[in-house]
Amino acid sequence: MTTLVASLLFFGAGAVASVIFARRQRWLRLFGAGGVILGSVCGLVPAVRVAMGAPPQSLRMAWDVPYGSLYLRLDALSAFFLVPIFLICALAALYGTEYLEAYRERKSLAPAWFFLNVLAASMAVVVLANNAVLFLMAWETMSLSSFFLVTFENEKKSTRRAGWTYLVASHIGTTFLLVLFVLLGKANGSLDFDRFGPASGAGAFFVLALAGFGTKAGFVPLHVWLPEAHPAAPSHVSAIMSAVMIKTGIYGLLRILTFLGPMQAWWGWTLCAIGLSSGVLGVLLALAQHDLKRLLAYHSVENIGIIALGIGVGIVGVSLGEPFVAVAGFAGAMLHVLNHAMFKALLFLDAGNIAHTTHTREIDRLGGLLARMPATGATFLVGAAAISGLPPLNGFISEFLIYMASFKGAVSSGAFGSVPMLATLSGLALIGGLALACFTKAFGIVFLGQPRSERAEHAREAGLAMLAPGFVLAAGCVLVGLFGASVVRAMAPLISNVTHLQSSLIGFDLAGAANSVERVAQFGALLIAMAALLALARTKVLARRRVSTATTWDCGYASPSPRMQYTASSFAQPLTTSFRMLLQTREVLTGMEETFPRRAEFHSHTDDPYQRYLFQPLFQSINRATAFLRPLQQGGVQLYVLYIVVTLLAVMLWEIA
Amino acid sequence: MLFGSVLPLIVALACAPLMQGVITRTKSVIAGRMGQPLMQPYHDLWKLLHKGAVYSHTTSWIFRTGPMVSLASLLLALALVPFGGFPALSAFSGDFILLAYLMALGRFFIVLAALDTGSSFEGMGASREVTFSALAEPALFLSLAALARQTGRISISPLLTAVSWSVWAHAAPMLGLTLAALIIVFLAENARIPVDDPTTHLELTMIHEVMVLDHGGPDFAMIQYGAALKMWLFATIIVAVAVPWHSGNRWIDTAVGLAGMLILAIATGVIESSMARLRLLRVPQLLLVAIVLASLAVAL
Repeated sequence: MTTLVASLLFFGAGAVASVIFARRQRWLRLFGAGGVILGSVCGLVPAVRVAMGAPPQSLRMAWDVPYGSLYLRLDALSAFFLVPIFLICALAALYGTEYLEAYRERKSLAPAWFFLNVLAASMAVVVLANNAVLFLMAWETMSLSSFFLVTFENEKKSTRRAGWTYLVASHIGTTFLLVLFVLLGKANGSLDFDRFGPASGAGAFFVLALAGFGTKAGFVPLHVWLPEAHPAAPSHVSAIMSAVMIKTGIYGLLRILTFLGPMQAWWGWTLCAIGLSSGVLGVLLALAQHDLKRLLAYHSVENIGIIALGIGVGIVGVSLGEPFVAVAGFAGAMLHVLNHAMFKALLFLDAGNIAHTTHTREIDRLGGLLARMPATGATFLVGAAAISGLPPLNGFISEFLIYMASFKGAVSSGAFGSVPMLATLSGLALIGGLALACFTKAFGIVFLGQPRSERAEHAREAGLAMLAPGFVLAAGCVLVGLFGASVVRAMAPLISNVTHLQSSLIGFDLAGAANSVERVAQFGALLIAMAALLALARTKVLARRRVSTATTWDCGYASPSPRMQYTASSFAQPLTTSFRMLLQTREVLTGMEETFPRRAEFHSHTDDPYQRYLFQPLFQSINRATAFLRPLQQGGVQLYVLYIVVTLLAVMLWEIA
Repeated sequence: MLFGSVLPLIVALACAPLMQGVITRTKSVIAGRMGQPLMQPYHDLWKLLHKGAVYSHTTSWIFRTGPMVSLASLLLALALVPFGGFPALSAFSGDFILLAYLMALGRFFIVLAALDTGSSFEGMGASREVTFSALAEPALFLSLAALARQTGRISISPLLTAVSWSVWAHAAPMLGLTLAALIIVFLAENARIPVDDPTTHLELTMIHEVMVLDHGGPDFAMIQYGAALKMWLFATIIVAVAVPWHSGNRWIDTAVGLAGMLILAIATGVIESSMARLRLLRVPQLLLVAIVLASLAVAL
């Protein structure tokens, strides 16, 4: 525990040093990034040890805040979330040292480093907190510090708008959590987590947690802030937010599940439904995007959906009394938390490399970058294959476990019980197919073919500090793909924490799942060997032959230009048309009227349907309905002091009466 | 015993291109032509293997890697399916998930290789390929779930062995629906009519063939051979469900399996000769039909 406290102190020191050295660029970079990296590395040690099976640790100190206590506890569940948090924060900070340099002339970098340290520390405390007051304070600090990081480029109107959406959404989410914890505290007589126990009204608590934590995680339809805020942030911050910060929502949900007593089948059904809609809608909206980072942000919604499917199947498994279904479902969901953290951070950092050199995130303005940015391209390819769930990478392992759970559940349950299982497995298949379409599009249009603009033409590879994190993460994707079985085996305490199943049952079923994962990994290794063998054979065969180059087959057309290449929009068009019911893509075609049409233009745009048809009208009507309160806001401090005095007097009078 | 489990692999490697030969021959016979020799696919592969290579200026290492990864993944997928009386080389719970995703990996790389050329034709083919396969995937998984529910197995080799005449006797509608869904997936995934026409030379209408326009020489041989293996793979699953012959003698069973493959190849040729390719906009509807059939099969 002392190492963890030291880690938090490093974050604190990094934050303080960022303020002190605000005007000394080199010191700022050294201490700002140093705080995050040292703190993370320091924290990784105990986190990995507890995640691999060491006994839980805790630390309790007195605190003056009513009902609060400085009570930190590192158990298997928090450790499993801490590992990616520390890993990604350290890599993102390293990345930031080079990435932020581009802004040095224009603005102070001190806030960026200050809030990065604060964000890292608050995320760590969120998963460590064992007291509701401490948890909520850390939660709020996390939301606010990430808000300030999102609005780093606050000179842009779109960024300010995104930040505003994010701020409103996260506070609405926190409101639900406040109610949840007050009710839990009332039911149990304490706000310490280890005093929380099964209470009546578990269903209501579950719904509150789903709304509160679901907003942070990005469950559809509460995801609308996510595709706004994540692309607006600097790339290393997008990586942290998408890879680990939204996972604190999943952590919170799982933590609440440990308090609520016996799991009920309808919780699982609900999570399966949410997972299915988040997964399918997330990937479809991603497919329709033209902005690379927005595309990645929608994929976070999709992957959160996959995690929800795993948890949902797991809960249904517990309630049906099918330990294998429960164990494989939860193991898949948890592993996907780790895997998604790795490949999504990798993809966001690579997207940052691209934006850094080309100053655009428009997929249709890029192209041919693999030749210009070979390292970024190679790591992006690993990330793209991993997020599409392809063997031999990590994304496949976690999806494989969820598939196994749902197949097993479909086989062993009756007609009614198999419905969520079948929905999950066919949903996963559809999501997998669509993700493959989306990432062949993203990689193919951005990195392959010829550059579609000047900017892409002159793209340069990023420096070492921006490439190294990508290499580490890509290696991680391969390693978990090949050695996922040992990670799965280490999950026994974690799963018993959440499901309260007998540990002998968990051990047996986890071993079964791990065996299959091991066989999959063997196939992965064989696959690599087989491809290498074929490559060798091909080189041997071609060595003695004539190998020449020519232009791409163009049907005899004499002067092809890069602009004639297939674009991201045209690549995705058959799918966006097939699903136009859900997507409502708007297309504008002008200039094709007369006999000899002049300059023609075509635009297509896909809004978020929930933003457009649900939240925008909702908030507009709230705005209208509360317009009469506006005169209260005059901007004068005296007036506000008067309000406070009047409120206080009113409360006192009410208390006396 | 080892020989027994390697045998399905050897049969597949040897006979896969023959299946395409049989389909082509069936089509020519129906059209009243002599047609190519049955062994033409082998001659083509032999010829391609002895050629040099021409690469487009636009392409990168992705274009050269695509065919190898795709063939490697299909070769490994073959180790998971049983044939005739012989079990697969490797079987474990959930192996059919790996099977489907190995094929997806192959597709991923072929599609990227197509986009690497920067050609609009190949982009078009790639786009259609990912669209139709995304819709075929749920149908495939639901069909497998239907079979798994019926047999209680979640590994492809024991699952296909568990399908027998007695299962047909009491669950014929369910197996029939599954079979229909699987045949639609088979036609779609292997670029056959009514989804795609492997013989047309109009780039605008093709799917699979247009994606590989720029490949030549040994690379193209790998792609063609991979396509033959993929067709064999799907066909073995269909034949194992449709002709569940378990006489106890493995050699007889294997002969029956081979006969089943022959019949399926001829049936494919008949389908191709007797109907036109669907309009591209209709293909998603066909795949939706497959999803509905498979869902009904699970529900039964």
